[in-house]
Amino acid sequence: MNLKTWIGAAAPLAADPGIRRIVVGGEDWRRIAEDLAAAGGRLLALWGQDAGAGYPAVFAAYATAAGLLLAELPFEAPPGDASIYPGLQDLFPFASRMQRAVYDLYGLRSTDADTRPWLRHAPDGGYEFVRVEGDGVHEIPVGPVHAGIIEPGHFRFSVVGEKVLRLEERLGFTHKGIERRFLDFDVEQGCRLAARVCGDSAVAYSWAYCRALEDRVGVEIPRRANWLRALALELERIANHLGDLGALGNDAGFAFGLTQFSRLKEGLLRATEAAFGRRYLLDTIAPGGVCGDLPAAAGAALERELAYVAAETVALRDIYDEHAGLRDRFVGAGAVAPELAARLGLTGLAGRASGQAYDLRTDLRDAPYDELRAAKCGAETGDVAARVTLRFDEVAESCRLGRRILGDLPAGGVRTNVPPPAADSLGIGIIEGWRGPVLVALAAAAGGRIRRCHPHDPSWQNWPALEHAVIDNIVPDFPLINKSFNLAYSGHDL
Amino acid sequence: MLKTLRRIHRIGLVTEAAPCEDQAMRVREVLGRRILQIMGRALCVRMVDAGSCNGCELEINALSNPIYNIEGLGVRFVASPRHADLLLVTGPVSIHMRDALLRVFEATPDPKLVVAVGDCGCNGGIFGVGGASLGPVSNVIPVDAAVAGCPPTPTRLLAGILTALSPSEGR
Repeated sequence: MNLKTWIGAAAPLAADPGIRRIVVGGEDWRRIAEDLAAAGGRLLALWGQDAGAGYPAVFAAYATAAGLLLAELPFEAPPGDASIYPGLQDLFPFASRMQRAVYDLYGLRSTDADTRPWLRHAPDGGYEFVRVEGDGVHEIPVGPVHAGIIEPGHFRFSVVGEKVLRLEERLGFTHKGIERRFLDFDVEQGCRLAARVCGDSAVAYSWAYCRALEDRVGVEIPRRANWLRALALELERIANHLGDLGALGNDAGFAFGLTQFSRLKEGLLRATEAAFGRRYLLDTIAPGGVCGDLPAAAGAALERELAYVAAETVALRDIYDEHAGLRDRFVGAGAVAPELAARLGLTGLAGRASGQAYDLRTDLRDAPYDELRAAKCGAETGDVAARVTLRFDEVAESCRLGRRILGDLPAGGVRTNVPPPAADSLGIGIIEGWRGPVLVALAAAAGGRIRRCHPHDPSWQNWPALEHAVIDNIVPDFPLINKSFNLAYSGHDL
Repeated sequence: MLKTLRRIHRIGLVTEAAPCEDQAMRVREVLGRRILQIMGRALCVRMVDAGSCNGCELEINALSNPIYNIEGLGVRFVASPRHADLLLVTGPVSIHMRDALLRVFEATPDPKLVVAVGDCGCNGGIFGVGGASLGPVSNVIPVDAAVAGCPPTPTRLLAGILTALSPSEGR
């Protein structure tokens, strides 16, 4: 079957005809994946549930040229050997870890040969790393506690001299049972938890969560609220990019870059605080709109700040571009060529730096991006330099978008009432966060409770690609390469 | 190079000598003096993320920006617990980070201080206690001071470090 047939066989999801859902058996589960992979479709997320959510099942969300497709594979038997389902790791390599996570959390086993625990570690903390044998090969274990101020995770390098032959990641250290925790909340409160799945992407997560909730109950979000949501999302993108640009300069021995960019970031955070009441927008987006309106004076100040950030970033880009030492470290380091990126399913910012020209803001043009017309940024070389370039481009574009929003902000209310969703209804929201597409699947139970909520971070796709990016690079370049991806631990570990 | 130097000259020193917030001003003044008094050298801080959402880390990183300039106050972030006087720990502590946190604590030489950071580090926050979350840092290692906030602002973090350094009953 081709893409169109599958889409045609699927039923639109609730109030959002852009997302279609198809319930399948094991054979079709696999055939959909094959057909969609052949047609250039991308796997956005794969997750599971157990009988606690009504019935055991696995889900796969795909992005295709004809829209989003949600495949659902329900099981009649309780978890056990009977619930082995066909794995998708040969078609989408990054699916392997998601399938291992589904087993860890919900007891549903795929046919994937790799059955090592992923999110739920063995009680003795042990893990079987893949060993590299040969003359002069030795291992360097790093983490879970890292030297800098970053999240915990373990990296196992197999090296000869300084050259990295293999990197194997082991994550799950920040696993704190977020999916279970959602069940303690009602759909309204769940938004606050969604914002804290990954603190640096709070806006993307809370917006995706709200989309998953709002679309199905047919709520029209006030236009002004939608524009303010986009403003918050772009501010989050700029703040993170500024932080990364500084850190990347620092990791390459150019402390000046860190000083300059962290100064710009602090200025932006203060303007954000004046406009939204807090430096980081963890509780700004809420079901039905946004919490609190933007004071006009703070809006004008924020607009000036964005103009300043844009101009300063152009000047700093000039310095970065001309700095021979930086060029030497950035160019060619940690390269993921476009063909490899496509095969690995590299997504979001890192994907766009490797020729994977996908950006939900321009591809889906959901409101308000249908009016805002974001420009898609991209690069082809896939090295650290490309990811730096992309950040510079995106800072410029997001500053432009932010100023446009502030200049043309529609009048009206900023929040509307959201009625509780029908029991057993399922909603999906996806938002292009600064790192890539963030997906939230939310199933409601009776009385406005949460039956099941799965937040998906683009880092699931990109962590395995980092293992490829460092091959043949030297160990001292790893921090730089790692920072250029800047992937989430908490967002991934759930 | 010339552009870089010109820029350094043009922007000058941006470190806030007297921030508008009263408390912030007091904290900055007192903290620097106190560190010199007690330590006679820099206070070495090791930051440990024991399971946070990465929100607190963003603000801890901001302490090193030129506006807060925490190094100028005599506080240095170090890479090893063996070099540390104070541990800055974010939470909630996940089950998988429990052993790592205990090992970091044991590796830190006495006398040592521990500051729990963020609502989650203080009381488990929105993640609570249960399941894969062990909740507040004090459930795993002894805590000398706690900084609430989600995430706490850099000024509150400075105040928390100061609290840990201040003599109190029973310590």
